[in-house]
Amino acid sequence: MQAYMTLTRRELGSFFYSWIGYVVIAGAVFLTGLSFVILLDKLQGEATQLPITEIFLSLCFWLILLFSSPIITMRLFAMEKYSGTFETLMTAPVSDLSVVLAKFTAALVFYMVLWVPLLACILILGCFSNGSNLMDAGTLGSTYLGIFLLGALYMSIGCFASSLTRNQIVAAMISFAAGLAFFLASYLSDQLAVEKTWQVETLNSICILEQMKDFARGVVDTRYIVFYLTVSAFFLFLTYRVIESRRWK
Amino acid sequence: MMIEVSNLTKRYAGNTAVSDLSFTVKSGEVVGLLGPNGAGKSTTMRILSCFIPATSGSARVSGLDVFTQADDVRRRIGYMPENNPLHPDMRVREYLRFRARLKGLGRSRTRQRVEAVIAQCGLTDVSKRIIGQLSKGYRQRVGLADALVHEPELIILDEPTIGLDPSQIRVVRQLIKELAQRHTVLISSHILPEVEMTCNRVMIMREGRILAADTPENLEKSMGRSGHIIAEIAAPVEELRACWDQMPEIAHYNIAPAEGEYHRCSLTAAGSEDLRPKIFAAVRQREWKLRELFRLRHSLEDVYIRLTRPESEEESH
Repeated sequence: MQAYMTLTRRELGSFFYSWIGYVVIAGAVFLTGLSFVILLDKLQGEATQLPITEIFLSLCFWLILLFSSPIITMRLFAMEKYSGTFETLMTAPVSDLSVVLAKFTAALVFYMVLWVPLLACILILGCFSNGSNLMDAGTLGSTYLGIFLLGALYMSIGCFASSLTRNQIVAAMISFAAGLAFFLASYLSDQLAVEKTWQVETLNSICILEQMKDFARGVVDTRYIVFYLTVSAFFLFLTYRVIESRRWK
Repeated sequence: MMIEVSNLTKRYAGNTAVSDLSFTVKSGEVVGLLGPNGAGKSTTMRILSCFIPATSGSARVSGLDVFTQADDVRRRIGYMPENNPLHPDMRVREYLRFRARLKGLGRSRTRQRVEAVIAQCGLTDVSKRIIGQLSKGYRQRVGLADALVHEPELIILDEPTIGLDPSQIRVVRQLIKELAQRHTVLISSHILPEVEMTCNRVMIMREGRILAADTPENLEKSMGRSGHIIAEIAAPVEELRACWDQMPEIAHYNIAPAEGEYHRCSLTAAGSEDLRPKIFAAVRQREWKLRELFRLRHSLEDVYIRLTRPESEEESH
């Protein structure tokens, strides 16, 4: 446990030692701010039935998720393998599992930091609107749950990609491709929704686009939660096996 | 027994890095693994530090198996890998603190040990600097400090002085010597004076096997020819010849002119007796001037070169 906490802190710290952390945060803040401006513009024009969070997320969420996840996760294992610190890390008395979990946790926590500005935007909106039902704590909570679950999925994919190689660029490409494939598959299921073949059914059940929309609306479906948690756990398990593989290679 | 290795073999896809290696290291010994690049030194050390497993055979560190009791073994080992990888973005004290916590030290113990190793490795002046901006010598000391921070019983250093300048090498060597008083140390190197000066036992490796293992002195002795004396004396050649011919202890000799009236005599003893006192006595009796008298030693280098020379005489890289 101590090793896990120490490692998580160090990994989290390393986002802020280098420029990468600040660049990613700057990008996310820019996109959040941009969608805030667009949102304000929209709200001034006409009334809308949609919850604020849903409009907000349809603008910036996917861009931030798709681009930040490879950048956040690419260095986790690849850099340690490249610089050789992987050897000092794995010869310290720490278990492979705690290494994998610590790196994943740090990535996920950093990713959640990216979404703090969104909270500020929504609070500002709440302060300056006279309708008291504009800001619903439940909807906000479910939105953040969705952000968290999707983040967990993408970070675990990124962890896995990073553990496969010692080149950070390759790791980023793999996780970006995998993340984009997931996104496009759900986009496809959106387009095909009229037919009811088994392919469409399968695609529908992994349609992260629809699922995220539900979360932003305040709908918390336990099936989605189980889906995200199991898929994330699966990718973390794969990462663990890759890290462990040096023992039987 | 600190390290017990028996019939250790490691194969990487097709080639054998270590083959059927067996050796033991006693507690408190300083042992040097010596060999050309690719001899299997690093592989042996990586197996001992539980980074990679062996293909077959067994290795124990203070009685614990490195495969089945890896966590306990890691706690007892301070390992510095080749090229000493560090996190270049961290500060020295911060890095050592991180490593100490990672190795399971408590908070107050961490504080105490980090300060102790910073002082021990001479890092006090740079403890607030970023590792990436330090010179190689300082980085090497940070690596050493990391290996020491949890007070391991066994310290494994893979090429600790590679890439350092002579004065930095001297500092690191001095540190290793100090470690030897309290820990068991296993060092690898392909530089001879390194192990000759720091180790009390040397194992010479080539192609994954141990070719010779003994103290540096014994290895030297095994080369024979210990009774070879050089003397520089100011005397006429004929008188020198007459003198050496009289002495039955001298098997054969050779006289070459040096500067001025001096002559350089190289003398070979017939037996194992040390000739120097006798030569000095002879010089004094004749009232010659003597400016140099020493026994020619065969350095470990000769042993090393003779043992690691490939049979074909051709180095394959």
